[in-house]
Amino acid sequence: MTGKFISIEGIAKRYPGAAGGTTAVFENLWLSMARGEFCCVIGHSGCGKTTVLNILAGLDAPSEGAVIVDGQAISGTSLDRAVIFQSHALLPWRTVLGNVAYAVTSKWRSWDRARVKAHAQSFIDLVGLTGSEHKRPSELSGGMKQRVGIARALSITPKIMLMDEPFSALDALTRGTLQDEVRRICLETGQTAFMITHDVDEAIYLADKIFLMTNGPGAVLAEVVENPLPKDRGRTDLHRHPLYYALRNHIIDFLVTRSKTFVAEKPDHDPRNVPLVHIGKPGLTIASGGEEARQTWIPGTSPGLSA
Amino acid sequence: MTPSLRLRAAIVSIVLLAAFLGIWHLATRSTAPVATMSPEYAKLMGLTATQGKSAMPGPLDVGAKLWEHFKRPFYDNGPNDKGLGIQLAYSIARVGTGYLLAVLVAIPLGFLIGMSPLLSKALDPFIQVLKPISPLAWMPLALYTIKDSSVSAIFVIFICSIWPMLLNTVFGVASVRKEWINVARTLEVGTVRRAFTVILPAAAPTILTGMRISIGIAWLVIVAAEMLVGGTGIGYFVWNEWNNLSITNVIIAILLIGIVGMLLDQILARFTRMVTFPE
Repeated sequence: MTGKFISIEGIAKRYPGAAGGTTAVFENLWLSMARGEFCCVIGHSGCGKTTVLNILAGLDAPSEGAVIVDGQAISGTSLDRAVIFQSHALLPWRTVLGNVAYAVTSKWRSWDRARVKAHAQSFIDLVGLTGSEHKRPSELSGGMKQRVGIARALSITPKIMLMDEPFSALDALTRGTLQDEVRRICLETGQTAFMITHDVDEAIYLADKIFLMTNGPGAVLAEVVENPLPKDRGRTDLHRHPLYYALRNHIIDFLVTRSKTFVAEKPDHDPRNVPLVHIGKPGLTIASGGEEARQTWIPGTSPGLSA
Repeated sequence: MTPSLRLRAAIVSIVLLAAFLGIWHLATRSTAPVATMSPEYAKLMGLTATQGKSAMPGPLDVGAKLWEHFKRPFYDNGPNDKGLGIQLAYSIARVGTGYLLAVLVAIPLGFLIGMSPLLSKALDPFIQVLKPISPLAWMPLALYTIKDSSVSAIFVIFICSIWPMLLNTVFGVASVRKEWINVARTLEVGTVRRAFTVILPAAAPTILTGMRISIGIAWLVIVAAEMLVGGTGIGYFVWNEWNNLSITNVIIAILLIGIVGMLLDQILARFTRMVTFPE
């Protein structure tokens, strides 16, 4: 792993506010990711998560600062950075194959039809949609549509995959299967990924690092939490890991209270050196014994509590 | 088992038609008293006076006349006596030409306006003023400048069918879902390719709806325009038969205008369905 594959350097986003002033969604935001890392951003609505993602994608420009991907400052959108949209954004007049092939032909314009088709097909197979390639989006379920969205994003073999709450519109069961798929694909291909989520368990399951953002306007990146769970974690036995609840409680505490008070409590917070939190390692207090004892696992219930 | 809704609706339609034809037939029966007069005079007066027949033709008269027209749709006995097929063909050709010219202007122009907020704002006052003008108001200006009545009729069709298409194209292009545009942007699709692969298919249902409104208006206007310019066409036929006091032919023409208008609308409706995809 290289140190900084993606580096967001001091970006700010300001909008013209009332009475000629400006409102800053966030100022001086620094963030970096290593190659092959899966990072999730958690924060309340309005903290600028989507804006950060759009800036990374090149769909939006920062008011200040720069984003460096693989040693180069970005300007505008690029086929190196694929986006999976929350609402899947499939083109309804194209079939599943057509939607993926559209992305493939956009990246490799000189490819002939057969080659494009074979390439697109391999990614449709990867997301488990073999047999549905000639259906139109309207004939697919929500989960299948998002699978097409994932196949389309992956088919251009991007350097980074950007996901804006990709599973929030899906039911819990479908969401779970798709999380498994995304995790499998990202581990297999060593894909670097940046994902926005509201679901704490989703972040714990998928992410190597979790970025916690305080409330906007004037949001800051408060902490980077390293996921202490092993790489081979499974979605079903996630909650049995001894550090799971410590990590979860830490995130929930942040969302419930500290996201509001963080800026006032830590006036010396340095946005360039955001503290990296190791859960369960010395120097950090985790949930008290009494609390841990109460958290017994009941079979058949989801540990899910989303923020 | 109750028959399908479709079948029941068809039965009701047939019953209504039969009732309408029946009432029409009863209302136009020969009921008036027959005046006695010399045979010479009776010949001049016609059936109304001699047999007490209503001047309004009944459904049987219209049916018989219609059958005559069906047997010989394309005869041509000189300027004032042409088959209905020929008259309709003239009208359809005029509508087709004016309408196609309008398509060629409205859709590219609408695309440009829809993609450029500047053009959209700049051209808006002109469109707002020009749109509500009755197409026939252009007729004198067209006759004066073009100096050809047939081409003037085509111009009137052009000017009346351009507005719905233009406005719908502008609206369709300007309101393409932001996400689809973003998909094209993240895939680094160029402007021209984006216009053809994302904006055009996304706006197609709205554009086709505009085209459907336009063909309806064009078919409405051609009858009036042909009454003015004369010579040929179904509109001219209506006016000519009025001058001939042939109410039967007027009724037949009205019926045919309705049927052709419906067919034109159905064709466009089918095209609209072809380009509309549910999400």
